[in-house]
Amino acid sequence: MNASDTPPVIEISGLSRKFGQKLALNNVSLTIPRGRVFGLVGENGAGKTTLIKHILGLLRAESGSVRVFGFDPVADPVAVLGRIGHLSENRDLPPWMRVDELLRYTQAFYPKWDRAFAEELRKQFGLDPAAKIKNLSRGENAKAGLLIALAFRPELLLLDEPSSGLDPVVRRDILEAIIRTVAEEGRTVFFSSHLLEEVERVADDIAMMFAGKVVLTGTLDDIKDSHHRLVLRFESPQSAAPKIPGVLSLAGSGREWTAICNGNRPEVIAAVARAGGKVVAEDTASLDEIFVARAGAKAAGKE
Amino acid sequence: MQLHITTDGVPIYLQIANQVKYLVASGRLAPGEEVPPIRVLAHQLLINPNTVARAYLELERAGVVVKRHGSGTYISDNGSPLARKERLKILSQRVDALLAEAAHLHIAPDELLKLIKERHQAMPPEENQ
Repeated sequence: MNASDTPPVIEISGLSRKFGQKLALNNVSLTIPRGRVFGLVGENGAGKTTLIKHILGLLRAESGSVRVFGFDPVADPVAVLGRIGHLSENRDLPPWMRVDELLRYTQAFYPKWDRAFAEELRKQFGLDPAAKIKNLSRGENAKAGLLIALAFRPELLLLDEPSSGLDPVVRRDILEAIIRTVAEEGRTVFFSSHLLEEVERVADDIAMMFAGKVVLTGTLDDIKDSHHRLVLRFESPQSAAPKIPGVLSLAGSGREWTAICNGNRPEVIAAVARAGGKVVAEDTASLDEIFVARAGAKAAGKE
Repeated sequence: MQLHITTDGVPIYLQIANQVKYLVASGRLAPGEEVPPIRVLAHQLLINPNTVARAYLELERAGVVVKRHGSGTYISDNGSPLARKERLKILSQRVDALLAEAAHLHIAPDELLKLIKERHQAMPPEENQ
């Protein structure tokens, strides 16, 4: 599973994109290594889907470049799309088809389609072959989309908000599919999500997007190691959040406040002391807290 | 081996490592017992297999488990060299909670110590060791 010496599956550098006046992607650079699970997190409208559309070659890079398996997905779609299993955010399956027709139809596009595996997944997901797509529940529709993304054992599994709006049972199927895919040697998963709890469970690497920009990227372990949650206690009650340099976010009331900071513990502890407080407890921050702190700091223009 | 993973802060690999240490220290995992293969545990806990691999590596470095070539990962035969330290750590947390409660009830540590000895004397003989 350690494949850092092989070329990256996706390489994006300096990618920018405008929709009218709105800068949807702002100088995005990302490298997705082979054999790992990469989680892209951000709020709705942060630019995640726009980024995924560039990876699939559905949008042309206005500036900067996108390479998938070393190819430009717009110039060379055949070299790229046949190796990507993709689950789109809006699950655009043909509504008039039956499940078995959808499988036969999709199979025709992929020489490496594994019929036995497709059948195994269909049974596991409890999909009736005679059911019409338009009559499937939201969860079944997602599972049908996931099935056709997985059944040709793609080198890259690309999932856009796979768990969005689904019940816990279907979310479990999706997480299992991610884990199974990466456990098979050499395969790569790239998925976007706003469910940080899931990202924390399955991702090796993450990137956080905010307003079209990548504000933080790295291995999940490094990001967790470098962010701290400090509980601060002040000598006197504070009516507003005290100003402490180096702190990404501060929440609380009265004497006790919780701070999220990044890496610079000694300076923050010294700054807290100058503000009349001390650190009474210290812990690792959750990914959720880190994201909220980062997004908040970004919105307030602190970074 | 039943583990419980949360995503409220502590890195997941550390949660696994700590819980396995706890299970060994409390006797629920016996020396020589096999722990689940990486993929099986990853699937069971719904987490990345690399995370399980990292937890097992930490446990191997700490001497809690050993890898047997081509077979699997097992709890160390001699028990963990850290077992006593881990056991004391578990107990320390309970002692801290007891001391805090005693302080709230205005019971001095000397008096608490006396009480512990008295309760020990009062225990039935099979537990009184």
